[in-house]
Amino acid sequence: MAKLRTILLFSLLPLFMVACQSTPSNLHTGSSTNLFAQLGEEQGISRFVEDMINNLLVDKRTKLHFEEANLDNLFDQLVAQFCGLAGGPCQYGGSSMKEVHRGIPISSGQFNALVEALTQAMDDNNVPVGAQNQLLALLAPMHVDIVSQ
Amino acid sequence: MENQKKAARHKYRFINGVHALMIFFSASSYANDKLIGTAAVNQIEGSAGGGLVPWAVLSGYASDDEWGTSVFTSDSKFDDYSLNTIGFAVNYHDRLELSYSRMTFGINAGAKDIRVNVAGAKVRLFGDVVFTDIPQVSLGIQYKTLIDFAIPSSVGAKDDSGTDVYLTASKVWLDGIAHRTVLLDLNARLSKANQVGILGFGGDEDDNYDLSFEGAAGIFFNRHWLTGVEYRQKSDHLSAVKENDWLDVFVTYLPNKSLSVTAAYLSLGDIAGEADQTGYYISLQGAF
Repeated sequence: MAKLRTILLFSLLPLFMVACQSTPSNLHTGSSTNLFAQLGEEQGISRFVEDMINNLLVDKRTKLHFEEANLDNLFDQLVAQFCGLAGGPCQYGGSSMKEVHRGIPISSGQFNALVEALTQAMDDNNVPVGAQNQLLALLAPMHVDIVSQ
Repeated sequence: MENQKKAARHKYRFINGVHALMIFFSASSYANDKLIGTAAVNQIEGSAGGGLVPWAVLSGYASDDEWGTSVFTSDSKFDDYSLNTIGFAVNYHDRLELSYSRMTFGINAGAKDIRVNVAGAKVRLFGDVVFTDIPQVSLGIQYKTLIDFAIPSSVGAKDDSGTDVYLTASKVWLDGIAHRTVLLDLNARLSKANQVGILGFGGDEDDNYDLSFEGAAGIFFNRHWLTGVEYRQKSDHLSAVKENDWLDVFVTYLPNKSLSVTAAYLSLGDIAGEADQTGYYISLQGAF
């Protein structure tokens, strides 16, 4: 019994190492084509992006960063970015995340507040959990470009 | 009669724990910048983790510029024993975790409890459990002191105190199996503890530090429900009583960042001569 358990434990190790090397996007190749549909296409994305921006303006951790922003432009860029990432027919034409956030001190906490503004907005618009996770996994690599090191 | 008294005392301890938790709750100013779920719960020795195994994440929702605190209590009952814990953890800037846990091990057949104090520290070395490609890796120590050494000593334990050192790596995949968020954890631990310290440290068989491995795998159904398994390897130092590896299957409900409830099924194998100890575990955690 103890031996079996040891074997079980060690079988976790290679799984862990393989999993560490695979990025979220290649765990599910091809899933992003219907992600756009699951997010409700451009209309659905527009709805939760609008709510997300409202959440950002209410949250004390983020509102100072966004109050001064050109909100119409922010809305357009976010919709285009999410739509493009989800495999939809949009192209994000804005600057890279690194350029946009250059020189702006953003903490991990503020980044998490951004994630929460998005997840709350998706919850409020009944976006399925699986679709939320796919979009979040596509956005997660931007953490390194946005948060000040 | 004695058993009834014991059961009442056991229940009283848990209720006391819940009360302490509620008092802490009414305290204000809470750190809440980490994402829900990433504070984990407190394992029996007080470190952030699951029920039996520490994970690389730090307790509480403190982000890189905050302080955070968590308090917890747990209660479990096995065929011949019970285990109750109460403790707290403090998180500084999501870099350092300091924790304390009091484990009280009850023996159904005897009147005496075995109490163990565990002071813990965990440092996040590198990585972010959610956002970096590499896992979050932390180094932890747990300094354990037995208050009641008579029983451990009688089965051959050498010392009434000992230090565990563990290296832990945890990683979350937001879009994992079936598009659900998945967590994996692997630890290596150096320890002289018998039954995590309840039966003392070192023994007549050997008095060496043994290397053992631990792991956990969990899946989030959504941001509020997590289920998983944990496994903890253990080693023998005592010739009189054998010990086995520990296993648990858990479900955690996180209604929000301030509260979590964990229920688990535990399989602990032989303990102090009693075979195949299995039982249930419930734990409450408050974070602020």
